[in-house]
Amino acid sequence: MRSYLDFEKPVAEIEAKVDELRAVQAGTGEVQVEEEIGRLEAKAAQALKDLYASLTPWQKTQVARHQQRPHCLDFVNALVSDFVPFAGDRKFGDDEAIIGGFGRFQGESICVIGHEKGSTTEARLKHNFGMARPEGYRKAVRLMDMADRFHIPVLALVDTAGAYPGIGAEERGQAEAIARSTEACLNLRVPNVAVILGEGGSGGAIAIATANRVLMLEHAIYSVISPEGAASILWHDSTKAQEAATNMKITAPDLLKFGVIDEIVPEPVGGAHRDPAAAIAATGNAIAAAFAKMKDLDGDAVRRVRRDKFLAIGRSPV
Amino acid sequence: MNWISNVVRPKIRSFLNRRDTPENLWIKCPESGQLVFYKDVEANQFVIPGSNYHMRMSATARLKTMFDGETWLDVGIPEVQIDPLKFRDQRRYTDRLKDARTKTGMNDAIKLGVGKLEGLPVVIGVQDFDFMGGSLGMAAGEAVVKGLQTAAERGTPFIMFAASGGARMQEGILSLMQLPRTTVAVEMLREAGKPYIVVLTNPTTGGVTASYAMLGDVHIAEQGALIGFAGPRVIEQTIREKLPPGFQRAEYLKEHGMVDMVVHRHDLRKMLANLCRLLTRAPASGATSALSTPALSAPASEGVPANA
Repeated sequence: MRSYLDFEKPVAEIEAKVDELRAVQAGTGEVQVEEEIGRLEAKAAQALKDLYASLTPWQKTQVARHQQRPHCLDFVNALVSDFVPFAGDRKFGDDEAIIGGFGRFQGESICVIGHEKGSTTEARLKHNFGMARPEGYRKAVRLMDMADRFHIPVLALVDTAGAYPGIGAEERGQAEAIARSTEACLNLRVPNVAVILGEGGSGGAIAIATANRVLMLEHAIYSVISPEGAASILWHDSTKAQEAATNMKITAPDLLKFGVIDEIVPEPVGGAHRDPAAAIAATGNAIAAAFAKMKDLDGDAVRRVRRDKFLAIGRSPV
Repeated sequence: MNWISNVVRPKIRSFLNRRDTPENLWIKCPESGQLVFYKDVEANQFVIPGSNYHMRMSATARLKTMFDGETWLDVGIPEVQIDPLKFRDQRRYTDRLKDARTKTGMNDAIKLGVGKLEGLPVVIGVQDFDFMGGSLGMAAGEAVVKGLQTAAERGTPFIMFAASGGARMQEGILSLMQLPRTTVAVEMLREAGKPYIVVLTNPTTGGVTASYAMLGDVHIAEQGALIGFAGPRVIEQTIREKLPPGFQRAEYLKEHGMVDMVVHRHDLRKMLANLCRLLTRAPASGATSALSTPALSAPASEGVPANA
């Protein structure tokens, strides 16, 4: 069952008609109906293409949050073989909002860390909707330290609305955990690549997204605060989220212009949720290319260029 | 009209007073509600006498309380792009910036000084909450980087007084980028082998705590300061329950192992000086003068007191 976003209504209507005709055709087997279906399908495809060619930032926000959008584990399952997930920060507990472990990417060992939002209600609860607590970030630090020691590159898959704002999270030092995780990224002497899959939400994202190369899916968003949060703080009106989404410049083309990301990974027409396999394959190719760019750098150089890159962000006018 | 209502205050005096004194000379303690004379509070390092409530301090006032002889050299902060997003909410960001600059006399939220603390050279950064809530944008980020780099180059400790509501949302993603940027600079000072001391003042929240404010070698919290990542209101809305008393206050952070000590503002200078000396293996402050004073070597007949 496909679910449509509100702005996809024109496409939904055509596709509903196609479904109806199919049902009719199945009963009668008429050739004329077959032609009509073909015509409508072409129309739907064109409408979808037109729609997605010019999504507004708010529409992109909805696409980035689409429940059927492939999530972190979908990417891991498709791209990483022999994956062994690790658990726990060795201090307090395990946080499944961040998954992490080691596996093989195109035959080579890789360390993978990512936010998992969950694709079913049960999974969403288990992964706390991808909103991590300090234990998640401390697990990330633990894995990065290990990757560094064993000379294994690190891949970060980012998809979070933000770090979890709760009493326990604060008690156990949410802020410090995020800061240490960012620091661990910066200290890596192995190359790291981050991919913003859906939502790159503030400190919760940057904690693992501080990478040599930062890729971003075409319709993903990456921002300092959610559009809703900005609307309620800056406009004092939570209904202004659309305006906030636009004014905050959270889309991939804007971030590429600011030098915050290095590359945009194109999504299939209609967004990654329309064709997850294609979206995941394209992302895999982009990840491989990003790591290949760094294969000649030694540990010191990898660390130095990462630092220099971040220090340079925002220093030259766009 | 009687003679009382006719009295006109000397113009020049009210003009001179306008800058430093709030409109009402009396201020109310936010904690105890008592009314106190502003001048008394100012003379008491902005601690309310009686209730001990620590008021916010301007960056300049803070630097004055720290450096020997109340003197220091300002460190210039590299220029940054203004309003890269061309942002506006209910108002233009450039207008908000202009207002903040007029109100505080500062260029942005952080001021840096180099000088001496009980004779020991130090670099100090102060974040001023009155400048757009001490928010961390490109200029403030650049100031933190500059402060840490200056300390690394000069081989001195860096002391950072943090006060912030978080990232400057009007600069969008570029404000978020200050988290990794300032973290790089913290690493630089660490590699230079010099101590980095953070003083968390009221309030320090958001992105600032998720970067340089929580990466110090030593974390000191000012008494009563609110310190946390997510603001109390956001947490209450998320979990839909009231927060326990004292939540995210300095004492609570100490209990939970996030800060080394909670210090009264009046004791801060002494504590910082002592820590800087200990961590840079400098001789005790008394010891230096005792060794260098001519009293020990000079003939007693000259009558120089030993503790001159």
